[in-house]
Amino acid sequence: MGHFLLQRLFHGLTVVLGVSLLVFIAVELAPGDAVDAMMPPESASSEQAKEQMRERLGLNDPAPLRYVQWLGRVARVDLGYSLTSRQPVVDMVMTKVPSTLQLVGFALAMSVIIGVGTGILAAVKQYTWIDYLTTFMSFFWLSVPGFFLGLGMIYIFAVRLNWFPSFGASTAGANYPLFDRLHHLVLPGLTLALELAAALTRYTRASVLEVLHMDYLRTARAKGLTNRRVLTAHALRNALIPIVTVTAVRIPYLVGGAVIIETVFQWPGLGTLMLNASTQKDYPVVMGLALIITILVVASSFIADVAYSLIDPRIRVQ
Amino acid sequence: MSAATAAAPQGNATLPGELSKRGQAGFWKRLFRHRMALVGFIFLCFIILAAFLAPVVSPYDPEAMQLTEARKPPSLQHPLGTDKLGRDTLTRVFVGGRVSILVALSAVAISTIIGTMLGLIAGYVGGWTDAIISRVTDIFMSFPLFVLLIMMVAMVGPSLLNVVLVLGFFGWMVLTRVVRSQVLMVMNEPYIEAARAAGASHLQILFRQVLPNSFVPIVVTATIGVANAMLSEAALSFLGLGVQPPTPSWGNMLNAAQSLQVLVNEPWVWIGPGAAIALTVLSINFVGDGLQDALDPHAGQ
Repeated sequence: MGHFLLQRLFHGLTVVLGVSLLVFIAVELAPGDAVDAMMPPESASSEQAKEQMRERLGLNDPAPLRYVQWLGRVARVDLGYSLTSRQPVVDMVMTKVPSTLQLVGFALAMSVIIGVGTGILAAVKQYTWIDYLTTFMSFFWLSVPGFFLGLGMIYIFAVRLNWFPSFGASTAGANYPLFDRLHHLVLPGLTLALELAAALTRYTRASVLEVLHMDYLRTARAKGLTNRRVLTAHALRNALIPIVTVTAVRIPYLVGGAVIIETVFQWPGLGTLMLNASTQKDYPVVMGLALIITILVVASSFIADVAYSLIDPRIRVQ
Repeated sequence: MSAATAAAPQGNATLPGELSKRGQAGFWKRLFRHRMALVGFIFLCFIILAAFLAPVVSPYDPEAMQLTEARKPPSLQHPLGTDKLGRDTLTRVFVGGRVSILVALSAVAISTIIGTMLGLIAGYVGGWTDAIISRVTDIFMSFPLFVLLIMMVAMVGPSLLNVVLVLGFFGWMVLTRVVRSQVLMVMNEPYIEAARAAGASHLQILFRQVLPNSFVPIVVTATIGVANAMLSEAALSFLGLGVQPPTPSWGNMLNAAQSLQVLVNEPWVWIGPGAAIALTVLSINFVGDGLQDALDPHAGQ
């Protein structure tokens, strides 16, 4: 198990390094001179002033050297300053992390509950209308763009029915802050959850069906266990192990989806910040965000790997 | 994908007494699935035809403003109403469909070439080459691609061509994995041994034996890839980072719904293009699933 986790940790590190390299190259390729964006328009006059600035910022050094220097600063938790607001990037990003974690965490929990639940149901009721309906629905939710679903949710449940708030993460001065938070979470959380739920439904169905035809289940039935007991004690335990991996693999997609869902619901998180920074070409913020988001995703995949190695005894033995 | 894995153990584990019942149920299941693929295919033909004939059939110019006709609800003249500039929404849905379909197809063409090449090289050459390609693929698949897409498009500047290029150059990962594993499987077949014994060169083996035998998974993956590229393009354009107005695309037509006025009072402006994306992507997914069953002789046995 130690070996397995060490391997996964190494994998996570290469991912973070790979992404940082990619981000660095992207910024290098971006049109325009970084210095132009840093100087106020009125003083952006002389070529000489620009050249001095370039020299001072080390922009004249060769690219590989600057990459290593940038990595060094990142390791010291220094992501530079925003070009527009002049705040430290680390502070800007870190204040947005909790609300994105709330949204993604809520969506993850919802999609596992919905997806695994309907997946098991479809497998147990194989070839009945329930099975066909869930198959169709999972295809459907995988095909509807998240932002369109979000707009529909707002239109129906916020505007027409007035059941939930249509935007933001909280109301200032709400009487019950926790309830208010949850109330705001429902629509964006569900919108984000449905795609992953649909994917999990299909995987769970396939996985449960595969296990149901294993020899040891026939043995369990033969020794007189009830269907319910066979299902809960033997089939599900084994069928759900691969689901942990599948969920972990889908986490990057979930976070990518969060970026756009946050925009639709004006959720004050990393996605909204990402979009604003991207359209304003605020490179330090964009680079910092890409890095932090990657670290968050890699960390959650690692947690999933730990969970996996705890559930699956075959890994523990290695 | 999961459908195929679910179908495989079915046949093997059927007990004799259950055979007829199961067989019949399997038949209905296949028919249902293929019927969905058929419906999807017909819908796709319709939408493609409409998208490319729209300028001929529709009396309206998709980009011409007519402010006296602005914000009109659906009527006989305008089945899906008009937007804030008085442009006919239905015409724009069809023309936008042409843009969205062409963007997705071009992007997938690029990523299919890259993915197939990388997969062939990784699987055939093996060793360090394989290790490096596989690790890079892993890296690309381990973090949110959409974040990268937003970043890239923002850096290079949003335009139709840039969206195609970014989607094309960052969409090869799944295919690389699929082709690589397919190559590893095919390489164990006796006919490869035979070709080698007959003196075929590496290139001949790759392009005459390995590639044709990897055709099915490539087609299926590329089909699903078109659906995903369409969703990504729509999302980018919705955020204002994709196809730029006045050129309509399904995504940027939905951008209008970010204003509360349009969202609440003029739903015809955004429901049309949104439903068009959802139905088209759904159809492509059904066709992809049907193709998987139809082309793969091992599935469904």
